[in-house]
Amino acid sequence: MTAWDQVVELLTSPLMQRALIAAVLVGAAAPVVGTFLVQRRMALMGDGIGHVALTGVALGWLVGSWAGLVPQDALAVPGAVIAAIVGSVVIELVRERGRTSGDLALALMFYGGIAGGVLLIKVAGGTNANLISYLFGSISTVSTTDLWWTLALAAVVLGVGLGLRTALFAVSHDEEFARASGLPVRFLSMLVATIAALTVTIAMRVVGLLLVSALMIVPVAIAQLYARSFGRTMTAASIIGVLVSVVGLTLTYWQDIPPGATIVVLAIVVYGVGASVRPLVRRPSPPRDPHPDMVDDVLLVDDGVVDPPSRTITE
Amino acid sequence: MSEAVPVIEATALGVTIGGQPILTGIHLTVTPGEVLALLGANGSGKSTLVRSLLGVIPTTAGSVRLFGVPLGPSAPWSRIGYVPQRMPAASGVPATALEVVASGFLHGRTLRRPHGHRQSALSALRDVGLAERAHQAVQEMSGGQQQRVLIARALVRRPDLLVLDEPTSGIDIPTQSTFVETVSRLHDAGTTVVVILHELGPFAPLIDRAVVLRHGRVAHDGPAPRARGEHAGEWHDHTHAHSDPEEPPSPFTVEVLP
Repeated sequence: MTAWDQVVELLTSPLMQRALIAAVLVGAAAPVVGTFLVQRRMALMGDGIGHVALTGVALGWLVGSWAGLVPQDALAVPGAVIAAIVGSVVIELVRERGRTSGDLALALMFYGGIAGGVLLIKVAGGTNANLISYLFGSISTVSTTDLWWTLALAAVVLGVGLGLRTALFAVSHDEEFARASGLPVRFLSMLVATIAALTVTIAMRVVGLLLVSALMIVPVAIAQLYARSFGRTMTAASIIGVLVSVVGLTLTYWQDIPPGATIVVLAIVVYGVGASVRPLVRRPSPPRDPHPDMVDDVLLVDDGVVDPPSRTITE
Repeated sequence: MSEAVPVIEATALGVTIGGQPILTGIHLTVTPGEVLALLGANGSGKSTLVRSLLGVIPTTAGSVRLFGVPLGPSAPWSRIGYVPQRMPAASGVPATALEVVASGFLHGRTLRRPHGHRQSALSALRDVGLAERAHQAVQEMSGGQQQRVLIARALVRRPDLLVLDEPTSGIDIPTQSTFVETVSRLHDAGTTVVVILHELGPFAPLIDRAVVLRHGRVAHDGPAPRARGEHAGEWHDHTHAHSDPEEPPSPFTVEVLP
């Protein structure tokens, strides 16, 4: 079989088609949110939300089994969406108050989320094995319904993230100035938190809850090695996200390796290569006077604009 | 603009942070077109006052009206430009001077930039002498250049009220003169200016009125207080720091002169 035949076979497999569409959507949307999170110094927020979403998955499962739904996990994704949004809003409130250490609050959510999920899944009559596909992703089993959910949520995330890009940038870059401009700072912060939560739940299928944050953050880390503006960082991160997701997924078509982990390892390898070759690729700026407009004399800050002709100092 | 409507009107303003009263019973009225200096020692509440007037921090007592409208979502935010003391510490994501300035177009419920924003932002950067650095990341700039980006961000929406927080502390001389020139030009055009200063310095000729804060209260409101003794020399530049906040530094000792 020629390489071309293999590609045709890959693209004509309905399972693979669905998986590829999901990978493209998630790969494009996750780094857009990630750019705002890195700018807000909340790179680990995605992890916190991901852990909390596991409790949501188990809660959805529990409600599903009480209601006698078939399959039992029909409500797992809605449960994850709700838990993720609640979790992200709580994290944002803790950050805003600034009283408790945000760090500590995040840690409590990490542990509480995982422990709650494991506990509730047992109560719901499931086993830890049922959680594995949520923890590590199951892109190879994406159904048409899943795909529609992913499409809708990715559209919301991209619509908000790109449509309100300047406003979200303003709030993330300088919150004090945003407040002094009368911007709805709290609403916009909550919006970032909410689209982060939605991203976690759609990326859950592709890379799993434990690795969800990697898809948001690592492409941004790669992009900011080379980009010099916010807009370019976001665009480049989104393109990198799509590329690593598609390439990683395609590799798993021929090799029996887990797709989520493959995508994340691939992204980290790209970061490593990017960081290593940066000094070689980026042209060094020629040495120049950083302040050609400065006077040469050493003047202290308060010396005034001109040299005083005389000083009249009286004791 | 009606002369009858004050630009800023604070009535019995009080701010408490963490149980500590920072400001108490502040009455402040700023009329259109004036240049007001806010003076006071470190910790006297100058920055807190400005930040509470602009809604950055919540007030615990009293009321604030901006251009006659109570502080809130419906205040005329497009008419107000604020220059904070410094740019926030850099995060991992770079941002160009142009992107930072363009964020100044957003105010109140206006969450998108207007048409032609790029040209206006570039022209604001040209006004502060940074035209050729528009596409440079602000993280790579010096403190003085960052300050100039912040002025451009405040001016890009053509405010009727400009508020500056200690524009002359710890910055290079070209930037200081940029600030003074900017304030002078805006003043001539009828803009109201509120500026926090540690000392009048190069701003002295522009100041119409000074408000001195001491321990969170207004200690003086009127003509700029004149420095005493050796500080009164025409070219004396007050550069030394004061270690004891309990004793107000002598240049700010109020002597309302006839």
